[in-house]
Amino acid sequence: MVSDAHPVEVEQLVVSVRDRCVSSLPELVVERGACVALVGESGSGKSSALLAILGLAASMGARAEGRIRLFGVDVLRASSRELRRIRGLRAAFVAQTPQGSLNPTMRLGALAKRSLALHGIAGADAEARTREAMSGVLLPLQILDRYPHQISGGQAQRFAIALALALGAELIVADEPTSALDVTVQSEILALLLRLRETKQLSLLLVSHDLAVVSTLADRIVVMKEGAVVESSPAAELFVNPACDYTRELIDAVPAFGT
Amino acid sequence: MTAPLLQADAVTLAYGRVTVVEELSLAIPDGPHGVALIGESGSGKTTIARALLGLVQPRAGTVAYRGRALPSLGRGDMRAYRRTVQPVFQQGNQALNPRMTVAALIGEAMTLDGKVRRATVAERVAQSLEAVGLDRALMSRKPHQLSGGQRQRVVLARALAVDPQLLILDEPTSALDVTVQSRILDLLQQLREERGIGYLLITHNLAIVERLCSVAHVLFEGKIMEAGPTASILRRPAHPYTALLRDSVPSVGRAPRQAGASANVSAAAQGCPFQHRCPSVVELCRAERPPLQQIAGRTVACHRAEEVLGAERRAAGSAGALAEPAE
Repeated sequence: MVSDAHPVEVEQLVVSVRDRCVSSLPELVVERGACVALVGESGSGKSSALLAILGLAASMGARAEGRIRLFGVDVLRASSRELRRIRGLRAAFVAQTPQGSLNPTMRLGALAKRSLALHGIAGADAEARTREAMSGVLLPLQILDRYPHQISGGQAQRFAIALALALGAELIVADEPTSALDVTVQSEILALLLRLRETKQLSLLLVSHDLAVVSTLADRIVVMKEGAVVESSPAAELFVNPACDYTRELIDAVPAFGT
Repeated sequence: MTAPLLQADAVTLAYGRVTVVEELSLAIPDGPHGVALIGESGSGKTTIARALLGLVQPRAGTVAYRGRALPSLGRGDMRAYRRTVQPVFQQGNQALNPRMTVAALIGEAMTLDGKVRRATVAERVAQSLEAVGLDRALMSRKPHQLSGGQRQRVVLARALAVDPQLLILDEPTSALDVTVQSRILDLLQQLREERGIGYLLITHNLAIVERLCSVAHVLFEGKIMEAGPTASILRRPAHPYTALLRDSVPSVGRAPRQAGASANVSAAAQGCPFQHRCPSVVELCRAERPPLQQIAGRTVACHRAEEVLGAERRAAGSAGALAEPAE
């Protein structure tokens, strides 16, 4: 494994369903400790691009072409075993509603144990990692005795991030990680991601329809529309001087508040 | 007419042994006004909507339509109430029968009302679609063939088909993209001006409240924490919970609030319900539940409200003591 490769490197990515292009991404690089956000409306191709980057295009009946590298590993040519190792241990996926991906019949503690065991981490090491990760996301350890339906949406999202940390993820890939949450909880999850980025040099690749949500987190924002990139700018620049009318439209759609 | 269009008076709502809403009072006047009910998941806001629609019976207190309690309404008045007060819920696709076309969905509402002759229904449906900014060609589509924003517009068109005077909007935009949300809010503003209808807007997102509502009620665990004119309670919140909600709204370039404030602690047995999440809690808050009191043109349930408003007033300087702070 190449250790100094960027967490994510994409060139000329085209995702297509039945020969129809649903998403194209000419270039994307997420450096270590950086945060890049793909922003666009429903149908803009942002989630398709995200799943393709994780090597999951086939799971949604799509085909990915181009060059995708996760920590230097060629995603489109890697064996499924290689991919699984990268996806579990180095690049973690956080879904919009994590409760949907937590087995409802298992307590969170058992879930954590099993996830770690699948990646060969067991015993005292697994317990220590879980404890540390739980404190990293500010969740009390008692939560591990609960079932998924006994925790709130915000706690479930924290738990998903804790699992990623326990496995030692260096990159978190998240699809609308806060859009199913109350604004108060959303604000906390964003603060948590920001803190993890600073303290653990965690890299983030986010997808959102809301520019305001990613504005304080992202260094670079890629705006997508109808499957294509319409703008890719440093976040600071994008808000001051958007390169295209569509970006301006997205900025204006953020509810003006308290002014 | 002096009685409000719809009024809840000391309403308590419960599911089994769990009390969801406690002695809540609020009034929605006749006319093109906007009243907001703001709170997080679990605050009881949707249960209140259901009570105002007559779908759940209060454990105590009354819901009154034009001054008369719902159970005492006669057949005719009940019909008028059902027509006048229309719901618009969060998930457009769940409110629409998946086997019916848009034309049938809206047409049904029109003909049930009995005021529209069958021969003219198609034309009326087309007009109602255009009123909410949809192409009349969508009439033959079924709900799954529409986008989320289009479905929410169909729900609106159907609610408007019976000439209501009040729409109860329960998170009407939270399932939508921000761009679509912005367009739906524009539409709601425009419809209010054209038709003179009122809104009760139920949401957790303060940012959309300001655009539609002049009066807001902030709800925490089924109890009103603060209520009053939207502009003043959002700019100078007297209750720490209102301030928390306001500061949580994502805005471009503002760092998110630090983690920890929504620690999931079970409800307080005594004292203020907000004590576990309150940044400025004092001994009194743990011992005694603050009553709702009138301060500076609003209602607040906080022991320290006077102190908070006083401090802000001093900070704003003596000149504009009671005026809105310039922002």
